Amino acid sequence: MRSPAERRVFTTEPKALARLYLWLGLVAVVTGTLLSLLMRIHRTWPDLAMPLHGVIKPEDYLALVTMHGTLMVFFVLTVVPQSAFPNLVLPAQIGTRGMALPRLNAAAFWITTTSLLVLLAAFFVPEGAPIAGWTSYPPLSALAGAGPGQATGMDLWLISITLFCLAAVMGSVSILATILTRHAPGMTFGRLPLTVWSWLVSSGLTVIAFTALFIAAGLLLSDRHFGTSFFLPSGLVVNGIPQAAGSGTPMLWLHLFWFFGHPEVYIVVLPGMGLASSILANFTRRPVPGYTMMAVSTLLIGVLGLGVWGHHIFVSGMNPYAGTAFGLTTMAIAIPSSAEVLTWLAMVFRGRLRVNTPLLFVLGFVSFFIAGGLTGPILAQPALDAYLHNTFFVVGHFHLVMSMAGVFSIFAGIYYWYPLLTGRRMNEGLGQIHFWVSLIAAYGTFYPMYLAGLAGEPRHYAQLAGPVESFARLIPVERGITWSAFLLAAAQLVFLFNVFWSARAKVALAGANPWRATTLEWSPEEHPTIENGPYGYGAGMGEREDFRPQWERKKPF
Amino acid sequence: MPATFTRHTVETERKDPGFGGKPPVDRRPTGGGGGDENWDSHHSRRHGPREQLIRYRMAVFSVLAADLVFFAVLVSAFFVRQSDGHIGATANFISDWHPLSAPPILWINTAILLLSALTMEVTRRQLFHEIDIMEEWLGLGRPAVRRAAPWMVATILFGGLFLAGQWMAWRQLAQQHLYFATNPNSYFFYLVTGTHAAHLFLGLGALVFALVAMFRFRRVEMRQIVVDCTAWYWHAMGVFWVFLFVLIVFFQ
Repeated sequence: MRSPAERRVFTTEPKALARLYLWLGLVAVVTGTLLSLLMRIHRTWPDLAMPLHGVIKPEDYLALVTMHGTLMVFFVLTVVPQSAFPNLVLPAQIGTRGMALPRLNAAAFWITTTSLLVLLAAFFVPEGAPIAGWTSYPPLSALAGAGPGQATGMDLWLISITLFCLAAVMGSVSILATILTRHAPGMTFGRLPLTVWSWLVSSGLTVIAFTALFIAAGLLLSDRHFGTSFFLPSGLVVNGIPQAAGSGTPMLWLHLFWFFGHPEVYIVVLPGMGLASSILANFTRRPVPGYTMMAVSTLLIGVLGLGVWGHHIFVSGMNPYAGTAFGLTTMAIAIPSSAEVLTWLAMVFRGRLRVNTPLLFVLGFVSFFIAGGLTGPILAQPALDAYLHNTFFVVGHFHLVMSMAGVFSIFAGIYYWYPLLTGRRMNEGLGQIHFWVSLIAAYGTFYPMYLAGLAGEPRHYAQLAGPVESFARLIPVERGITWSAFLLAAAQLVFLFNVFWSARAKVALAGANPWRATTLEWSPEEHPTIENGPYGYGAGMGEREDFRPQWERKKPF
Repeated sequence: MPATFTRHTVETERKDPGFGGKPPVDRRPTGGGGGDENWDSHHSRRHGPREQLIRYRMAVFSVLAADLVFFAVLVSAFFVRQSDGHIGATANFISDWHPLSAPPILWINTAILLLSALTMEVTRRQLFHEIDIMEEWLGLGRPAVRRAAPWMVATILFGGLFLAGQWMAWRQLAQQHLYFATNPNSYFFYLVTGTHAAHLFLGLGALVFALVAMFRFRRVEMRQIVVDCTAWYWHAMGVFWVFLFVLIVFFQ
């Protein structure tokens, strides 16, 4: 017999797993944010001695960059939208109980946890965390002597990523099987909420992309320990020491990594896009115009997203003709993305907004998606990218379009689905403070990076010092970014307080369907059949109210 | 398919017709192929054994999709690495790719694996043989399992033979002093055959499990599911091997 505590921990119940995933994401996001603040401190006050550590050395800065990127991309932006949220609502949204493969699904969580622990262990081994960046380009990531942290730290990083890939594929197999086989009678493809469409596509992408990364990490481990040279070029000299190496090529890693890396962006952002459509429909009380087009756009983004990875490596020595082709496919993906954005804008302008925290965060998501996304076609030009690639322009671009948009969609999801977790709504006033401060501080942090990048400020550098006089003018910009980053982090304390404060027993219960939503996760009981499409909002839609839930039976004539 | 024994909940809905409404709707199944086949109002689909089979099959297909990508990525890495090299001091293109002649035993192994796919398919079909399954369903003995078991044992034997043959191929290469880290070509030979053998090893475990499950599992549809899913996995590994074999032998 298992004890109750054991049953709670080793659970296969998806909602319990969702909670566990959210805790895991919280640990990762707190760690990742603290690392980023250390980076900002180092860039602004390079000589400041940190308690328990002393001055942050350049190699420490690179370790911070590496671990911040890895924690945020894998354990926050992937885990929460692609693992926590589907476990929370996906089975209910398609009218079933539980996932199709509950044990596989639960095992994925425990492997993810192991992966996080292995990654964090890299801080505590001799020489500390790896310094190769979250992309870990060889040959420097393939050689233990390439720098501090590149021995044991790098091995731990690779093992952690291998485990994460395994868990991601297992979780996605479970999601795919659930959507394809467990939808309730009447839950046709034309009636799936757009969140479910997003998870269908993002899970397919996960299965493909993470498998590629799995192999890449395996080959790199083999290069490090079994004497192969998949990625090691000839004539390599590191720190003055010639390295035994074959005729491999780092380009193979670049291609494998970005074949994972670009679909990863859509794995992060597609669930947010589906959620944006659902929340906008709810809070404007209008159906999603062009539901079919939205579903097709989601699919198209997924398919095209598999063919654009080359735009990350224009300046790496790739064939320039290939660069042109990747530039074109990248421009093509702007079409379905724009279709989605224009639909959201149309919904905002034509609907009567009920201003509420989930809606505000979705508007923030759309805003970041536009502000970050519009620089995408600029970077998709090989000629422009040659100048911008190693500047802060790129840092600004991906932090806005992927990180901030992703994080705001996560906040929207937490504010929106919070009643499912606690039966209560989060405090509205605190939520609005959290939103406005975060919005302003996030723009304050990442927008100036565009300007710094256009002025030529290089990324990956530990600090702006040295003979180049022109960068002196950028130091005030750097300082402003740092203060904004602190403000942004402080705003999250309001959020954390709100999460725990609103769960108190004193707070009034929200009722079964507090947002008066149509999708099935809000249904108070189970239903044998599904009768309606997902977005039946509007006057006269329901029998008594202005919406027709998916579970409401048609009025008999 | 034969083994669908779906108990319909015979349900006569009596909606309140109200004034001038339709008469009560009788939703008993029509018996033939017609009637309630559309997704919108199909009430009994949920708990049928078929639904469970499809769910497990879909899961196996998703795993196989990941595996397909796995081997596709390996194959593309093979071609990328094959075309690598560097420009030497005398402006010559120098490649470290040394062609490797695959041990001829691979031909025999391939034939054995194809044979095992055949016996696997026979096993699978035995378990879906309508009349036998009907008897099992009614508890009149287990004719389907009795017929399938020898074929399953044959599949396991062939699978084991294939793995032994792969082991011999590695031994033969080792005798020529070609090890994993010898040259780029040998990396890929060992990598491709090794990961495929690991997959087959798991498949062999699944086959043994399925053999035990055929006798131990009480529910007929669970026996079918185990054998069916194992069969799909085994076939996919066979198909993957044919492609990998062609790659190893003909694309040096």
